[in-house]
Amino acid sequence: MIAIVDYGVGNLFSLKSSLHMLGAQAVVTGDEAEIAKADRIILPGVGAFGDAAKKLRETGMDQAVLREAAAGKPLMGICLGMQLLFEKSYEYGEHEGLGLIKGNVIGMEETLPPNLKIPHIGWNALHFTREHALWKYIKNGDFVYFVHSFYGVDCEDSVIATSKYGKEITAAVAMDNVMGCQFHPEKSGEVGLKILKAFCEM
Amino acid sequence: MITKRIIPCLDVKNGRVVKGVNFLGLSDVSSPLELAKLYSDSGADELVFYDITASAEGRALFTDVLREVASRIFIPLTVGGGINTIEDFDRVLKCGADKVSVNSGAIRNPDLIGQAAKLYGDQCVVLSVDAKRVDGQFRVFAKGGREDTGMDAIEWIKRGVDSGAGEIVLNSIDTDGVKQGFDLEMLDAVCQVVNVPVIASGGAGGVQDFITLFKTLPKVDAGLAASIFHFGQVTIEELKNELAANGIHVRR
Repeated sequence: MIAIVDYGVGNLFSLKSSLHMLGAQAVVTGDEAEIAKADRIILPGVGAFGDAAKKLRETGMDQAVLREAAAGKPLMGICLGMQLLFEKSYEYGEHEGLGLIKGNVIGMEETLPPNLKIPHIGWNALHFTREHALWKYIKNGDFVYFVHSFYGVDCEDSVIATSKYGKEITAAVAMDNVMGCQFHPEKSGEVGLKILKAFCEM
Repeated sequence: MITKRIIPCLDVKNGRVVKGVNFLGLSDVSSPLELAKLYSDSGADELVFYDITASAEGRALFTDVLREVASRIFIPLTVGGGINTIEDFDRVLKCGADKVSVNSGAIRNPDLIGQAAKLYGDQCVVLSVDAKRVDGQFRVFAKGGREDTGMDAIEWIKRGVDSGAGEIVLNSIDTDGVKQGFDLEMLDAVCQVVNVPVIASGGAGGVQDFITLFKTLPKVDAGLAASIFHFGQVTIEELKNELAANGIHVRR
C-alpha cells in the first residue's frame, strides 16, 4: 500500500490514477495511522513553498512523514513535495523544510541566465549523475515533464539526475530511502510510469 | 534542453469528439479516450480538450470523459470551453485536468485570471486569445471569434500575464482554417512582450509550417493543431521526425 500524503495541497487525481494503472494500491490520506500502515509514502505538492510547509505542519503530516522516513520506508517527494524535503527554501522569504535532504531551494529567475522563460514548463531530458534504483526501467536522456520556478541547490551529495535549462539543474535527488523528483512522473507518459513502477518495487 | 511541444486539440460535444476524424484502426473514431490514447502513444506532448457543449447535460458528459481520459493517459491535459468562474476551474481540475484555458470568460471578467492563478498557481492558467487584424491592429475577438471586443490583443495578453496567466495560446483568426502556415507576424508581436510560454495555433497545413514556425520564431514553445492530425494528413511521429531532422529539439 502506498500512502499519498494529503495535506490540502494540489491535485492528486493523476498521481493516484497512475499508481492504480501500475496495479499498485494507493490511498490519498491525511490519517497518521493509515500512513503508518503503508509500505511507501509519496509526498506530493504544487503551489508556494511557504503555504505548503505551513499546511504540512498544521496537519501534523510533517511529523508523520519524518517518522516514516526515519523508519526506513521508501519516501518520494514530487515537485514541491521534493523541495519540501530540503532544509530551507528562499521562495518569497525564508522557510524551513523537512531537512531530510541536505540543500536549499532557490528561484530560477535570480540565478539562471536572463531571457529564460520562467517557469520551466515542458519536457526535458534527464541526465543521470548517479546510478539509482529509480532508473531501473528508463535510460539516460529520457524525457520527463517539468513545471517549476524554483529548484534545489547545495545538494551535490544527493543529486541523481539533472536537466539542462540555462545550466544543469537538479532534477532528482536521493539519500538512502528518501528520494525526490522535481518533474512530475505522473505526467511524464511511459517514462514516468516506469519511474513510479521502480519506486513501487523498492 | 527543453523541447518544442506538439499539441493536438480535440473538440468535444456531448462527450464525443467532433470534426470528422478519419483514422484507420480506431474502432470508435469519436471516442475521446481512444483518440487521446492514439495521440499519446504517437508522441503528443500534451492534449487540449475543448468543451463545445452548451447544455448542462453536455457539461456533465464532458467531465465524465475527462475523468476517464485522465485516469488512463499520463501526459498534461488542458481543458477549455465554457470556463467562466472559479467553480468551472474546480470542476475540471477535480476530474484530472492540469491546466485550464480561459478565453471569453476572462474577457467578461478579467479578474478570473488573477483569482485562479492565486488559487491554483500560474502554471494552471492558460489564456487563450482569438485575434484578428482590424484597422492595422491585432484585435481580440470573443465568442469563438464572432465578436470584435475592440481590445488590442497585445495589451490584453500583457495584462493577462501580469494577472497570472502562465501560458498563452494565440489563435490567429486570419490564418485559422487556411492551412497556409501559422501567423508568424502576430506570434512575433506577442513573443516580444511576454516571458511565459507561447503556443501557436491556427494555420498549420503540414510539416513545413511547424518547421518554419520554430525556425523563424525560436521563442514560440509549442504548436497546436486539430484537423491536420485528425484527418491523418500528418502523424505526430512523422512531424517530430521531420522537426528533429531540421535541428529542432523535440521529445521522441
